Amino acid sequence: MANVLELSKIRKSFGTELVLNDLSLSVPEHTATVLIGASGSGKSTLLRCINLLESIDGEEISDPLINVDEVRRKLGMVFQSFNLFPHKTVLENITLAPIKVQGKNKDEATTTALALLKRFDLADKADQYPDRLSGGQQQRVAIIRSLALNPRLLLLDEITSALDPVLVNEVLSIVRDLKSDGMTMVLATHEMGFATQVADEVCFLESGNILERGSAEDVLHAPKNPKTQEFLKRVHQAGRL
Amino acid sequence: MSERVNSAWSPSSREIQRRGERKRISRRQGIIAAVSTTVVLGTLFIILVTSPGWEIVKTTFFDIDYGREVFPTVIAGLWINLQLTFIGGAAIGVIALGLALLRTTKSPALTPFRFLATAYVDIFRGAPLILIILLVGFGVPALQLKGISSNVIFLGTVAVVLTYSAYVAEVIRSGILSIHPSQRAAARSLGLTSGQTMRYVVLPQAIRRVVPPLLNDFVSLLKDTGLVSILGVTDAVRAAQINASRTFNYTPYVVAAVLFLLITIPMTRYTDRAIRQRTNAQSSEGAI
Repeated sequence: MANVLELSKIRKSFGTELVLNDLSLSVPEHTATVLIGASGSGKSTLLRCINLLESIDGEEISDPLINVDEVRRKLGMVFQSFNLFPHKTVLENITLAPIKVQGKNKDEATTTALALLKRFDLADKADQYPDRLSGGQQQRVAIIRSLALNPRLLLLDEITSALDPVLVNEVLSIVRDLKSDGMTMVLATHEMGFATQVADEVCFLESGNILERGSAEDVLHAPKNPKTQEFLKRVHQAGRL
Repeated sequence: MSERVNSAWSPSSREIQRRGERKRISRRQGIIAAVSTTVVLGTLFIILVTSPGWEIVKTTFFDIDYGREVFPTVIAGLWINLQLTFIGGAAIGVIALGLALLRTTKSPALTPFRFLATAYVDIFRGAPLILIILLVGFGVPALQLKGISSNVIFLGTVAVVLTYSAYVAEVIRSGILSIHPSQRAAARSLGLTSGQTMRYVVLPQAIRRVVPPLLNDFVSLLKDTGLVSILGVTDAVRAAQINASRTFNYTPYVVAAVLFLLITIPMTRYTDRAIRQRTNAQSSEGAI
């Protein structure tokens, strides 16, 4: 299977603080890679670096070309805080990039957007503004907004962290759907149960490096590294496993 | 359940008591407000009409017949102020937007222009408008450049536009800076270029956010167009001045002031309302 993304020894620092430290990662097509780790371990920074929202300092990043706009056309990204455009309707949020970036005409973009909204039970929200939607609905719209561009790789950055527990599942079920459709994904999450369901590979991050990687079964249920064990123990105590 | 919803709801005796208490309190507050207003305004009125010069002031500032006589010339002058406000306002909008975009861009190629824009804003925001009007109004004709009009209305407008562009640029820039970086990140992650991000995502939100302060500046602009009278433009202020100096009766000034107020007070009320709506809208903007 071809790799969609290959990172080797990427390095990123904010000032003197080293956030990513010679981190390597390859993501084969049609797989889901789950990043776990405590806050500040570098998960979000890694995702932002993949999308080139952050510049990479010491880097080898292949396949996604060097042209920033080119890279982003191939990647979709969904954020913890949804980041829908509040001055645009749901439909306009979704069609903006297909029209302006991919040069589709308005009718074509609208048809695609409405089909996606229908598929994820949001058809009746097309003309609403984001502030009329629940958090779960907003996040689903944000996912659809990324999907409308047919990304080769979808980056999901703790997409359920800002949602109340009742709404988490409606968002995660979309991700499960996408996974079964064969979408390639890299996601950072604290939902370990969900990670077990979708992950082809789980990576445990600590201080900007991947300390342990393997199948969900191995990393989440039989971790070898003492730091992974410690982290999962704390997650377990918090009732999240 | 549905039975309870359908049956007419009647307030409990405690609720009725609470309502009575609230009504009593608001009635008492109404009385206090009325008394206080009467006392304060009444006192001011008495001080005014019993002042030693009141009789003279009444005939020189509030001469209704003379006011009626000069009204047409003052209102003709006010028309100049309004024209100046709207034409100048349009020019200010365009220039200010350009300055604000220049000052917020990160493009290295535009660095010299960014520097110039900053210098421009510093100079024109820092110098008194009346000095700019004098310098432009008398300085530019002195250059004797070909093709540049020495029409005082034109030069006065230019001076006002130069100064207000600097003010308004800063207001727009503050709006641009107030948009959360996550909006930009979302737009960029969708593949929009930085120009498209500014045009379709940042600027529409920024402008909406600064509408109230912009309306404020618009009101100030209308008032400050009165300053071009020092160049000899026959606007409302100048028209009043001509009439006043002809007869040594100052009623034309009062007429001009009242005419300005008739326009600016509704505008400020409207601005206040826009600010209130803005604040209400912001409270439901939580998750961006």
